[in-house]
Amino acid sequence: MNRIVEKTDLSENVVKMVIEAAAVAEKRRAGQFIVLRIDEKGERIPLTIVDSDKKKGTITIIFQVVGKTTAALAALRAGDCITDIQGPLGNPTEIENFGHVLCVGGGVGVGVIYPIAVALKEAGNRVTSIIGARTKDLLILEEEMKDASHKLVVATDDGSYGFHGFVSAVLQNLIDAKEKIDRVFAIGPVPMMRVICNVTRPYGIKTIVSLNPIMVDATGMCGACRVSVGGQTKFACVDGPEFNGHDVDFDLLMSRLRMYLCQEKEAMERYRCEHGG
Amino acid sequence: MEAEEKKAKEKKVRVPRQKMPEQGPKVRTHNFEEVPFGYTEETAMTEAKRCIQCKKPCCIEGCPVEVNIPAFVRLIAEGRFIEAARTIKETNSLPAVCGRVCPQEDQCEKFCVLGKKWEPVAIGRLERFAADYEREKGEMSIPEWAAPRGKRVAVVGAGPSGLTIAGDLVKLGYEVTIFEALHKAGGVLVYGIPEFRLPKRIVEAEVDYVKKMGVKIETNAVIGRIKTVDELFADGFAAVYLGVGAGAPVFMNVPGENLSGIYSANEYLTRSNLMKAYLFPEYDTPIVRGKNCAVIGGGNVAMDSVRTALRLGAENAYIIYRRTEVEMPARIEEAHHAKEEGVQFKLLTNPVEYIGDENGWVKGMRCQRMELGEPDESGRRRPVPLQGSEYVIDVDTVVVAVGTMANPIIPATTPGLEINRRGYLITKDETGKTSREGVYAGGDIVTGSATVILAMGAGKKAARAIHAYLSSG
Ligand SMILES: Cc1cc2nc3c(=O)[nH]c(=O)nc-3n(C[C@H](O)[C@H](O)[C@H](O)COP(=O)(O)OP(=O)(O)OC[C@H]3O[C@@H](n4cnc5c(N)ncnc54)[C@H](O)[C@@H]3O)c2cc1C
Ligand SMILES: Cc1cc2nc3c(=O)[nH]c(=O)nc-3n(C[C@H](O)[C@H](O)[C@H](O)COP(=O)(O)OP(=O)(O)OC[C@H]3O[C@@H](n4cnc5c(N)ncnc54)[C@H](O)[C@@H]3O)c2cc1C
Ligand code: SF4
Ligand code: SF4
Ligand code: FES
Repeated sequence: MNRIVEKTDLSENVVKMVIEAAAVAEKRRAGQFIVLRIDEKGERIPLTIVDSDKKKGTITIIFQVVGKTTAALAALRAGDCITDIQGPLGNPTEIENFGHVLCVGGGVGVGVIYPIAVALKEAGNRVTSIIGARTKDLLILEEEMKDASHKLVVATDDGSYGFHGFVSAVLQNLIDAKEKIDRVFAIGPVPMMRVICNVTRPYGIKTIVSLNPIMVDATGMCGACRVSVGGQTKFACVDGPEFNGHDVDFDLLMSRLRMYLCQEKEAMERYRCEHGG
Repeated sequence: MEAEEKKAKEKKVRVPRQKMPEQGPKVRTHNFEEVPFGYTEETAMTEAKRCIQCKKPCCIEGCPVEVNIPAFVRLIAEGRFIEAARTIKETNSLPAVCGRVCPQEDQCEKFCVLGKKWEPVAIGRLERFAADYEREKGEMSIPEWAAPRGKRVAVVGAGPSGLTIAGDLVKLGYEVTIFEALHKAGGVLVYGIPEFRLPKRIVEAEVDYVKKMGVKIETNAVIGRIKTVDELFADGFAAVYLGVGAGAPVFMNVPGENLSGIYSANEYLTRSNLMKAYLFPEYDTPIVRGKNCAVIGGGNVAMDSVRTALRLGAENAYIIYRRTEVEMPARIEEAHHAKEEGVQFKLLTNPVEYIGDENGWVKGMRCQRMELGEPDESGRRRPVPLQGSEYVIDVDTVVVAVGTMANPIIPATTPGLEINRRGYLITKDETGKTSREGVYAGGDIVTGSATVILAMGAGKKAARAIHAYLSSG
């Protein structure tokens, strides 16, 4: 049982939670995630560890409400308990002093890239971050990302705040301005990561992406999370979740993420009927 | 054989081996309840009386944990069911499980003298009966154990091997903590073997029993991630047992294998069993309920998968196996149950390509016919493809059940732990001693996928070895 210590709504459908999980807090490193199960009948879902506090024994997660489990999670309050938290899982991000690094985050992916930016800065990199959202109200962690970066550029699809356009356009502008970029980390919706990889590929800039396939055990036992990287099948939970974006088969990732659309809709409708909203 | 025994035998054989009543195939394919109902007290006693109480009981030789078979069978014959259960438990801590899933036809029952000319005593069924009786009567006894020794042992993995060694070490006076990666203890017994073969409440009762004995179980603890083996020693554990199973799925590298609708058996069964996807949407985890489901493989895991597919509503459920029924590694009983339930066996057949639709969903499977050629290293005749024999089967779900391999997390995070070329841990001898001082291992992670009772046997031997190791220092 893991108690929720704090819950904050970051935007209309993005929630931040601080949860007691002392052993996980002790051990986790940037890029790792947990699997949680809300209750006995719940599904196991993976969420990135955004932050941790060793002294208090807590971890922070940030998630977007997209279906039944995230909706049910968002309905919990401080003081409530989550039945299972397993972690830390996955390989930590490879952190080194690369020189000038770019952290690109889109939507809820900003939460996932935040700990990586922090670690990269600590390792002595010059960190430029580009974060984006559809519209101003959906932008998260702007202050935190500012602290974690030497330079931060904000972009919104509708131009309601910062640069008008996609994060990929900001990246293209930096490249066109002849900025020397040693490595790019791009995390966000699959189409965004694909576009970023398409931008960096011609320039040979190594681009790391974090993949989010459907997972079950997240220990390498089931193969639900298989992705194709450089023509080889990998299990994202143990071989990843981060991979060289230029080698990733994003089409396969997209189609496998849609495997349960019908059931997910059914579960969500049932949840709405039972809980209103 | 002594004359007296011979006479007794003649008399016993007039009573046929007692059948276990079971759900009919038409009914049971629509539910996940256990197939056989188990013996009644009367049939159990009738069956038990068939045993001629051999002076040199061969049956015991066939049991990897040497259950005192004639003794417990006699107690059943006398109606002393609780005592029978306790007799079994002297050497086998999971009798309700073993009575159900042991391949008895290759073990204890294979050696029963009655089997030479007639049918062997139904040892497994009797074992199951005694254990169920004890559990249902709520008379599970807690054994006595040695005085606390003030030494702690860490067990990694709560499968049958880990549960067994934990129980044995607690009895010997050690403080034992099991670290289990998943949210539930039981290993393959909870995530792999389906409800209709091994009801999960039985596994839960066995796990509870181990807990009652004083074993601490920490779930959600992936060793190698949350703590390494070395950190366990640093935390004060004096010895570590690795019973982590062979839980990584093998795929065949056939083109199209990552299409939606294609599962490993591990995923398919984990969704259904551990996550109870067959009760979706009451439980949140979904599973594809295919109409045309092909399961690749011919072992028990394949049978479990294909029978699960039927229960999830498949109209056509196929077993695709590249050899013939003779070479099929599944238990005869399992293959028989599958056939009764309407599973279609496509033997001497192998998939060579999966065909997807415009959404990346599997819609067909190109198969190749095979014929048997010369025997291979395993002694089984090698299947050879027949040229020009390819054809396509319509499928919307595929389950790949062609084996498992070792999960690399532990070896990758434990320096000095030797593995063989297939990734399994190397142990020095029967005791389970590994290349690292104080680290022992047993079960599927050493042998590769084997059986519940062998994994338990390895746990027992390692318990004695760890006890010797910790008493000497
Ligand atoms: C390593 C990893 C880290 C992640 N970190 C974050 C994070 O920090 N914040 C965040 O908001 N989201 C994160 N996700 C995605 C998150 O796990 C899914 O949004 C969540 O599982 C959706 O569950 P649901 O029941 O609410 O929605 P559902 O209705 O079940 O599904 C909505 C969509 O989410 C995806 N999904 C469904 N089930 C799973 C599953 N078991 N595992 C992964 N994806 C699934 C599918 O694409 C599906 O169409 C991460 C995913 C992975 C693999
Ligand atoms: C579908 C199926 C059907 C089967 N049917 C039969 C049958 O009818 N009869 C029979 O005798 N045998 C059967 N078997 C084989 C039998 O189940 C196994 O041989 C047996 O379970 C092995 O036991 P074990 O304790 O070695 O490992 P497992 O049962 O695999 O347990 C290992 C445990 O360790 C945990 N673990 C793994 N890595 C870590 C880690 N890093 N940290 C912490 N925990 C970890 C796992 O989550 C798991 O719970 C079947 C197997 C399968 C898959
Ligand atoms: S444990 Fe298995 S092999 Fe041994 S007697 Fe029982 S059923 Fe037979
Ligand atoms: S079970 Fe068979 S072999 Fe064992 S004692 Fe009875 S008759 Fe003899
Ligand atoms: S989630 Fe099961 S192997 Fe990755």
